[in-house]
Amino acid sequence: MRPMKKNGVRIDDSFAEAFPMRGTAVLITAPNRRWARQAAATMTGFATSVIGCGAEAGIDRERPGNTTPDGRPGVRVLVFSMSTDTLQTQLANRVGQCVLTSPGSACFADLDGADRLPIGDSIRYFGDGWQVSKKFGDRHFWRIPVMDGEFLCEATTGLTKKAVGGGNLLLMGATPETTMRAAELAVAAMNNVEGVILPFPGGIVRSGSKVGSKYKAMMASTNDAYCPTLRGAVATNLDEDVDCVLEIVIDGLTEEGVADAMRAGLAAIVKLGPDHGAVRVGAGNYGGKLGPFHFHLKDLLP
Amino acid sequence: MKPLVLTLKHEPNQRLDLAPLAPHLLEGKSVKDVAAIELQTTRETITVGDIFKIRSGGTGSIRFEGGSVRLDNIGQNMNAGEIVIEGDCGKSPGRNMSGGNLVAMGDCGHFAGSAMSGGRLEIAGDAGGFLGAPLEGEMEGMTGGLLIVRGNAGARAGDRLRRGTIVIEGSAGDFPGSRMIAGTLIVLGECGCLPGYLMRRGTIVLADPPELAPTFVDCGEHDLAFASVFSGLLRPESRAAARLLSRPLIRFAGDMAALGKGEIFFPA
Repeated sequence: MRPMKKNGVRIDDSFAEAFPMRGTAVLITAPNRRWARQAAATMTGFATSVIGCGAEAGIDRERPGNTTPDGRPGVRVLVFSMSTDTLQTQLANRVGQCVLTSPGSACFADLDGADRLPIGDSIRYFGDGWQVSKKFGDRHFWRIPVMDGEFLCEATTGLTKKAVGGGNLLLMGATPETTMRAAELAVAAMNNVEGVILPFPGGIVRSGSKVGSKYKAMMASTNDAYCPTLRGAVATNLDEDVDCVLEIVIDGLTEEGVADAMRAGLAAIVKLGPDHGAVRVGAGNYGGKLGPFHFHLKDLLP
Repeated sequence: MKPLVLTLKHEPNQRLDLAPLAPHLLEGKSVKDVAAIELQTTRETITVGDIFKIRSGGTGSIRFEGGSVRLDNIGQNMNAGEIVIEGDCGKSPGRNMSGGNLVAMGDCGHFAGSAMSGGRLEIAGDAGGFLGAPLEGEMEGMTGGLLIVRGNAGARAGDRLRRGTIVIEGSAGDFPGSRMIAGTLIVLGECGCLPGYLMRRGTIVLADPPELAPTFVDCGEHDLAFASVFSGLLRPESRAAARLLSRPLIRFAGDMAALGKGEIFFPA
């Protein structure tokens, strides 16, 4: 069968296979945009993959001061994990080590829902007895005295069990430059979708993995079928005109969010075309037996 | 659904206990049942039908037309629904209430919102003494909800306050926030002597503070995120309270004669 083509870009008849995750959201505010971003960037550092980092985290979007609870500029951060326990530990550790410590910061719940994860409830003990609990209506805050004043932190934030992790696009291009250009444009388009993050560096991962390895201790190893330098030596998935593959991985609070992000990314890649961007787009899956969410590329095309 | 309307026929000749007229107690009752409820506090029986003209409606919302300082305990123990009093009322409106909305358009007596644990109580006129306070022998006063007085409040407002927020838009009498356990008390007008007397924890915000007791210690001027958040949360209820909380505030910690983890804020 001939591959589908859109604006000259070949689209694999394939699908991204995604998994259910636990997700949560917090809003970090600070005296100005720069320090709100700094706290959020620190909190979401080393959070590219649950395999080695415990959590996948990223910045969803910035919020102007007139829309935040304390009237200061804010950044919404999403954190995902495979289990509620891990997510709880990761959230408390990341807020405690990265947001509490960041000058002038405050941290608020930013996801509704009956299931709650403690934030202030677990890091309040840093106050050594000087922490102050404040309730208003159904909202509960902790005030923890710190050296630049007070750290204000909401007691809990919402938890969703309907989050989806592992949506992805594989961009295949003729050169690293053109592939990178397509990937950057796709990332920019996908960042406009609310409720999703792209956890890898700048949204892009170059070391896609396959399940298993020749070494017993390794759960995952390099995806040799997509490595251009092994094209002649292994059962490759790459065509003669592909010399570089980059992947974009998407985690979202909802299945629709992940689909919207993949749609936005595909549109940007197709619009750029094969000459200056990707010649072919695929998606990673494990045959469809492991993950319950299947995002078929043909359904998401512009 | 239209509210159940109770119009006062004449000034009662004795104090009446209106606690049985809370929405959760009237659920499913007919006008005839309601008219038969006894309200007297002396040996002379007075029923709802004797003293009020009743216009039927949903019992989730009750409206008193005409008020009297002899109408005590309105909305006592209420946990949902709404009561509006278009006039004055006596002692303890909203005592022990845990939910719903109680609005007194006139003045009310002592112990308004006494030991309330939730819901919203608004008094458009003045409140008597011991706003939200516990009765004799009780350990805690108000433990939740929102209590707003648009006029003035008497002495000991917020006594033994444990949780929840009290806003007094007018002036407060002596010893506001006495023996506070925690919670928030905001006074926008003048304030009587010794605010926060023997308070343990909690927050008092005063627009116009008197001289504080020497057992309150200066912690300096601050611009706190918590004050901005409360300012935003209070804005729909009291714009003046929201304005006060959005200003830079001086913090005094106390009462050092008690636990000393409370605080009094006032504008710099």
